[in-house]
Order: sequence, then structure tokens, then C-alpha cells
Amino acid sequence: MKYKYNIGCSLDNLLGVRDFIRKSLKKHVASEVTMNEIVLALDEMCSNLMIHAHHCDPDHLLELNIATGPEGNLVFEITDDGTIFDINAFDEPTLDNLISVKRKGGLGIRLVKSIMDNIEYQKRDGKNVCRLTKKI
Amino acid sequence: MVHIKRLQEEGTDVLAIVGEIDASSSIDLDLAIAKSLSEGYTKILVDCSALEYISSAGLGVFMSYIEEFKEKNFKMVIFGMKEKVANTFNILGLDVLLTIVPTKQEAKKKLSEI
Repeated sequence: MKYKYNIGCSLDNLLGVRDFIRKSLKKHVASEVTMNEIVLALDEMCSNLMIHAHHCDPDHLLELNIATGPEGNLVFEITDDGTIFDINAFDEPTLDNLISVKRKGGLGIRLVKSIMDNIEYQKRDGKNVCRLTKKI
Repeated sequence: MVHIKRLQEEGTDVLAIVGEIDASSSIDLDLAIAKSLSEGYTKILVDCSALEYISSAGLGVFMSYIEEFKEKNFKMVIFGMKEKVANTFNILGLDVLLTIVPTKQEAKKKLSEI
């Protein structure tokens, strides 16, 4: 299995990203809850990149690749050429802190880390590649 | 895309969320709650039975009202979530911070209790 989708960095395109993931994984992920988790984690990753690395410029592109890895794992790769935004290096605020400062951010990274089994970054041909793995 | 329908029942404002809430549409949820409060409602029911998806941007909207509701003794009860949507709240433990019940009947009961 191999699917590829190019996304302009506009938040209006997130719906299209989710539809692409749902269609691509339809035959591979039976559970509705698991499907939603995967869609959620990738939506969070794409919206983070759009906002923080590309300032929502629709002319900037993200590339999303979906493939099957060893032992039937699902492997997702998001490639872009913006400033690297490494969520592993991001210190998430506590939930109490989020409530008291009324910040509407910081939850997404926590979701991605809870849902995905592995998240790693690498440079490939001068671009940033974020590779997320989900065991099924 | 999201639509938020408002309906008033016995002094309670019922917000029915239809569709998907993401980073692009979470503003609509925020505006709907803000409008309800600006019209003087202190009891809000949020009907999620037609909510198909919510991302952290939408969760953040609910979170951002927790303190204000507590301070002013306003009440908000969320009900009718599909399993996949409830799971998103549960991953972060928001099911403990927010008042979430399965049915509208239970939501109305909860409003009178809390």
C-alpha cells in the first residue's frame, strides 16, 4: 500500500487531508476509533506545520505519504521545507496550566504523542521528513 | 465544515454541533458559545450527536471556558458524543474536566444538579 497527497498550507485544506486519510486507510483499519485517532494525529501534525512553519501560506506545500511498514505497521511521512518543528523537543504545558492561562494550544502535540507509537525526524534531500509509525 | 444550531429550551441554550471541528472551524464553536453568553444564558447544553470529528482546536475552545464558567457559576453539559469523538476527549483526560453525559435526558438532569 502506498498513497501520496500534496497539501497547500491553508487550514481550509485540512478537511481534504482527513478525507484522503480515511479513503486510503478504509481497507486497512477496521476500527472506527483507531481510524479517527490516526486522522486526528495527522490533522494535528499538518495544522501545526501550516501554522508554525508556513504561516498558513497556501503556496507552501506539505507532502503526506502513507505506506505499510514491517509487521503491517502503518507508516506516515510528512515532508516539508519550512523551519523544523520537532514535537519531541516541545515541552507540553500541563492541563491545569492550559486552563488557567486560557491557551487554546498545546493539546494537539499531546494527542499525537499518545496516538502514534513512534515519531522521528530526518533530513532528506534538504527537506524535513517527519515519520510517524502506528502499530495496528 | 461545521454548523452550529441553537435552540432554546426552558431557559437553557442548546447548541447542536453538526459536522467536523478542526483548526479552521473551531472559531465557529467559540463564537456560538460567546454569543450564547452575551445573550445572557447561564446554562448551556452542547449536543454532539451529529459531531463527526473534533481536533485539539475544538477541545481548546471548551477548555478556554472552564474557568469563566466556574467563576460565574455558569453551567455547561456536553452530551450525545459518538464513541470515536468521546475517545478524543478521553485521551487527554478532558472527560474529567468537563461535564459529559451520554443522553440529553441525563444532560438536563445534570444541569439541575451541578
